[in-house]
Amino acid sequence: METSLDRLRPGCRAVIMKVNTAPALTRRLRDFGLVPGTAVHCRYKSPWGDVTALYLRGAVLALRTKDLRRIRVRCE
Amino acid sequence: MRSKPVRMRKVALAGNPNVGKSTLFNALTGLRQHTGNWPGKTVGLAQGRARRGKTEYLFTDLPGTYTLDGASEDERIAGEFLKDGDSDCVVAVCDASCLERSLILTLQVLSRCRRVVVCVNLMDEAERQGLRLDLKALEKALGAPVVATSANRGRGLEALLAQIDRVCDGPERPLGHWEDPVSAAEAVCAACQTRDSAPEGWRLTLDRVLVSRRHGVPILLALLFVIVWLTVWGANYPSELLGRLFDWGYDRLTGILAWAPWWLRGVLVDGLYATSARVISVMLPPMAIFFPLFTVLEDVGYLPRMAFLLDGCMAKCGGCGKQALTLAMGLGCNAVGVTGCRIIDSPRERLAAILTNAMVPCNGRFPTLILLGSLFFPGLGAPFLVAGCVMLGVLVAMAVSGALTGTVLKNQESTFIMELPPFRRPRIGQILIRSLLDRTLFVAGRALTVAAPAGVVLWILANTRLLSLAVGLLDPLGRLLGMDGAILLAFCLALPANELTVPVLLMALTGGGSLQSVAGLGGELLLSAGWTWQTALCVMVFTLFHWPCSTTLMTIYQETRSIGKTAAAFILPTAVGGVLCIMLRLLLG
Repeated sequence: METSLDRLRPGCRAVIMKVNTAPALTRRLRDFGLVPGTAVHCRYKSPWGDVTALYLRGAVLALRTKDLRRIRVRCE
Repeated sequence: MRSKPVRMRKVALAGNPNVGKSTLFNALTGLRQHTGNWPGKTVGLAQGRARRGKTEYLFTDLPGTYTLDGASEDERIAGEFLKDGDSDCVVAVCDASCLERSLILTLQVLSRCRRVVVCVNLMDEAERQGLRLDLKALEKALGAPVVATSANRGRGLEALLAQIDRVCDGPERPLGHWEDPVSAAEAVCAACQTRDSAPEGWRLTLDRVLVSRRHGVPILLALLFVIVWLTVWGANYPSELLGRLFDWGYDRLTGILAWAPWWLRGVLVDGLYATSARVISVMLPPMAIFFPLFTVLEDVGYLPRMAFLLDGCMAKCGGCGKQALTLAMGLGCNAVGVTGCRIIDSPRERLAAILTNAMVPCNGRFPTLILLGSLFFPGLGAPFLVAGCVMLGVLVAMAVSGALTGTVLKNQESTFIMELPPFRRPRIGQILIRSLLDRTLFVAGRALTVAAPAGVVLWILANTRLLSLAVGLLDPLGRLLGMDGAILLAFCLALPANELTVPVLLMALTGGGSLQSVAGLGGELLLSAGWTWQTALCVMVFTLFHWPCSTTLMTIYQETRSIGKTAAAFILPTAVGGVLCIMLRLLLG
């Protein structure tokens, strides 16, 4: 099933399909290894849901949930 | 006598944030660069030396980066340093427990620098997580020598130095080339690392609880309160003990100097000695308790979780969760907090964070808050009030940041990306030694170097009636703010170091004469000077919000290169403090 990354629920896994964020953010995500084809695992969200912790490439990354809207993923 | 070194090798340490570069640097050089379990700790370049036989190594600890051509200040510094080729050898430090991500940067280093040693650090951490690494295969895949280390246990350091020698003396390695470092890192990692067992579950559970909707914020507030309470409560006894010790010293010194003319005795005993003694007995006990507790949180890895929890509120104020980290650094020292703002990517948020950092009480003001709190609001009131002060500082800092970014500093909205490092078991022994010896004594020593000469100057001012003249001049303004002239003067004269506020105040109140008790810290004295709990509250608020000390102002100038922005950093908190004090005075009568 395809969806956007901000909708991935805690505990779920997905593979990144397309990163459509602003160029600066896309570059930054790339530095952290978040590119199409990367397997991610949603660890948890912050109390108000505005920050999401993703597990990818052996590390946990905290990102603003609204920045994840423009990242398409395929859920497992 | 040590002979002159024959060879000098310049070695740069590069790697992701929080892979233990600073720990490795400290272990290699015997220096005490501050370490902590959170990304972005090292923002400047730190240098240190190590010596083995006839070879001297000059290590440069680069700020941790995720890329060599990044946008933020710390990444730029690291990238430029490697580009200039100002080192004989680069050690690319990787985190064995998070190898794949570390390798992305390592591959970038390998495609730019010819003499590289890859150092896989935190091997013990990886073993605990059930990860197994094939070093030979990694060496082959990268085309560069690989050394495994556990810097916090001192393992693998000699092998690393030997490998650095071999690389420096050997032929240059051809530059590596990888079309796409991200997928190349994935492939290399898959070929070299295997997982034996599932990772420990307690970290994940702890993480879930600490940042959960229900418990996250209450736990954060409870932690703040417990730390402040332990500091306030625990500082009482050593403070008393130190007070008695300094009183005894005061009597002895007066006795020894009985032959001296009154003015010499005054300058040395009532000026130099009494001021230094007061600074130490006010500062040392709270700091000796606060720093170790705070270091435990740092070492465990709680601080990034705090940023994670608070980013939502911070974003609504136009700030960034990382500002929570810089504010936490400000609790130690505002100058350090201001430098730490380099971890914030967006220029406007960085500026807002710099301008508001002095609104959290640094270790020079924290003891003043604790002292006034325990004098005027005994019992549980004091810790609540002091914790409330810290929270008020954070809230106002956020509100002011929000007002700034919403108006003057309007610009594009920024993003927030931060790594959450795994929890690590705190190294209690090391924490105690590090925070007591390095931070507490260092801070106390720095305060003393200001306090001793200031004591002499103050005594002279007090005895030439200049001090009382200034008090009289400042009195109307002081009264307007719910305080008095002596207090305002104390704040003015404490510009070089906030630790001086209480000693200056006592000096102004006694007019430079001798005190009954040097370190009894003058509860009765304040009462007889007409202090009420309202006065104490106003002074606490003004302690929280007034101009930053001169060191912090200088740091702000260095970071912003603008006199206007430095002036803003001076005026903003002062204005906030002034308005709050006037409001308090009117409200409380």
